[in-house]
Amino acid sequence: MPEDMEVGCARPTGGPVGESVESEHLKEPASIREVTSMIQVGKKVPDFVAPAYQQGKFISVKLSEYLGKWVLLCFYPGDFTFV
Amino acid sequence: MFVHKMWNDNELSKMVQGGVPFPMLSDAGGRVGKVFGVFDEDAGVETRGRFIIDPEGVVQGYEVLTPPVGRNVLESIRQVQAFQLVRSSKGKEATPSGWKPGKTTLKPGPDLVGKVWEVWKTEMAFN
Repeated sequence: MPEDMEVGCARPTGGPVGESVESEHLKEPASIREVTSMIQVGKKVPDFVAPAYQQGKFISVKLSEYLGKWVLLCFYPGDFTFV
Repeated sequence: MFVHKMWNDNELSKMVQGGVPFPMLSDAGGRVGKVFGVFDEDAGVETRGRFIIDPEGVVQGYEVLTPPVGRNVLESIRQVQAFQLVRSSKGKEATPSGWKPGKTTLKPGPDLVGKVWEVWKTEMAFN
């Protein structure tokens, strides 16, 4: 949990007349997640292993086995759709 | 994977002689897609992500579209050709907007600063 910061001025409090002061800004703030994508141009791609089908055979594909070649890695929503 | 085989055998092989030559991977649960930032958690499907990875394993470019719009395959090929040219020139050449094989490349350096307009015309982005 983030600690309250020392602030010089009192923060505004209050709410509608007749209701308790339990308003939004007194609740714990939603935690802010720092999302860092692992993909960046000019940087190495993360490796993975996945099952695959190729020319009548079921195989296991490891991305790093394609080092030394150009790779076009394409994702698509589902079989029987277009690319 | 089994569905890949069904798709290949029953439909794709009718479009491409001999069927799809490259591996068709399975990413059940979207674990790979999540790492690549292309998995739509709400819909539970991969979006149309496309990554160009060079022989060193470095990502040179990517494009991600939502499912209803298909990709321009020729544009992906053009980009690979451009990256291959830049690589074989060891970075001495660059491919300006609208470049395709056979068109003028640029040689970045002090001589080119402020002179791009002399060697590259706006219409070259569109022809």
